[in-house]
Amino acid sequence: MSLISRRRLITTGLATAAGATGLGVAAKLSRKYGLVPPDCKGVYGAGETLTYGAERLFARHAMAREFPRSMICEKPFANEIAPPTDAFKRMQARNFVDWRLTIDGLVEHPMTLSLADLKTMPVHSQITEVSCEEGWSHIAEWIGTPLSNVLNEAGLKPGVRYIYYRAVEPYLWETIDVDEAMHPQTLLTMGMNDGDLPVGFGGPLRLRLPRQLGYKSLKFVIHITAVDSVKNIGKGLGSIDPEAGYSWYAGI
Amino acid sequence: MITGGECCRRWRYWNFVPLTLGSWYSLAVPTLSPVRQKTAVRHRVIVRVTHWLTVVAFLALVVSGLEIVISHPRFYWGEVGNVNMKPAFTLPIPASRDTVPTGYNYQWPDQNGWSRYLHFEAAWVLVLTALVYGVWGLVSGHFRRNIIPVRGERNWSAVLSRMAKYLRRAPPDKREEKSYNVLQRVTYLVVIFMLFPAIILTGLAMSPSFVGAFPAIALIAGGKQTARTLHFFLTWSLIAFMIVHVAMIAISGFWRRMRAMTIGGGSAAEEDR
Repeated sequence: MSLISRRRLITTGLATAAGATGLGVAAKLSRKYGLVPPDCKGVYGAGETLTYGAERLFARHAMAREFPRSMICEKPFANEIAPPTDAFKRMQARNFVDWRLTIDGLVEHPMTLSLADLKTMPVHSQITEVSCEEGWSHIAEWIGTPLSNVLNEAGLKPGVRYIYYRAVEPYLWETIDVDEAMHPQTLLTMGMNDGDLPVGFGGPLRLRLPRQLGYKSLKFVIHITAVDSVKNIGKGLGSIDPEAGYSWYAGI
Repeated sequence: MITGGECCRRWRYWNFVPLTLGSWYSLAVPTLSPVRQKTAVRHRVIVRVTHWLTVVAFLALVVSGLEIVISHPRFYWGEVGNVNMKPAFTLPIPASRDTVPTGYNYQWPDQNGWSRYLHFEAAWVLVLTALVYGVWGLVSGHFRRNIIPVRGERNWSAVLSRMAKYLRRAPPDKREEKSYNVLQRVTYLVVIFMLFPAIILTGLAMSPSFVGAFPAIALIAGGKQTARTLHFFLTWSLIAFMIVHVAMIAISGFWRRMRAMTIGGGSAAEEDR
């Protein structure tokens, strides 16, 4: 009997030591490779970190599915939007010629672009699905220029880890990691199906991320900032989603 | 060294050498330990631990899953589905979002935030537990011994005759005190190797990121909305299993079965003796 308890003791000791070392190494490596999301604390932090870490490890460069033209929905569903601000209504009245997108933060060349400027950049079109966290979905063709074009033109400085993007409503903002921002399907969307992007779908300018749920694809984007940390933005949780109880990473 | 008698009674660091070696030896050669054979435990420790982890994860998944479903209680077949499309069926309940026409004048409070966080955290617990149990079950021969029907009972007549025995309310035979009968084995086979893998895969088939990395998942499931609808039906199959499972335990002796699955009591025969 004593032999057994001694064996147990040593096995448990070794396992604990190995476990503690393993956890320490894992924590260090996950910080280094950016596997930890900004909302990694709290009761749901472990699950969130596993989900985001798994995406970073196995699906970082994966492409969202693209569909044949025949699968485009005849009547796409436009989710409700916040009532437009006065500034928005004024710009809408002038057909958005005054719409400006500011790119600043840790970039070599901060700039301000009009929609006409954005339209001179290489055009990309993709037929992808919008998936809402509620459960519904639809497929449309989205036309615009990849965010990576704009970021490359502005020139990201070393140390940039997140891209912080804001809507015309000052209380709507999001961040994504720099890999997601440079992904070829991350699209500054200005057109939908055969026309301009309707206001109900986020027109004149929406940042579409087909690899994540709809709520990360912010409508009415006016400001993009390259940052090295999200600690000083809002409550430091990465976006308005965790502040409202939703996960920052929405690929699942 | 000179006062040899005292030396033997006192601990010296070299006493640890044979002690440690002995322990390593006993680790390497488990036949030295006589404890395992002493009592016939109905459920091994690993089965008990993975069972309760699965229970906790499953209950969390059901509660959070139902909370998520009420935000859009309409179901579709195929890849896409939304309120501009005709649903395959609609649950006759209010929704937690005002964009869904339900015919009710009431809206549930929106609980999707924590529900989604909890759903995926519990899903991780379930998947990791399933991995441990699955690998152990294969390697240890647990599936071969206890889950796959024994030779000679892999036919309908064995299933039907056991079913008839249940209906006659005949007492279980001696063999069933040590392991499962053919009906239990078939049920666990379906639950472990069909329902749980299917509910995990249909869940993953709804993730835009996962489906991007593994498009085959969406094809197997038949599209995102089909996956969602199947995920819903699979949930109810597992809930039905759970109700029958708990009812059978209640009938066959709730506390004895509970003991066997928690602190690890012996088989029924040993306790009756």
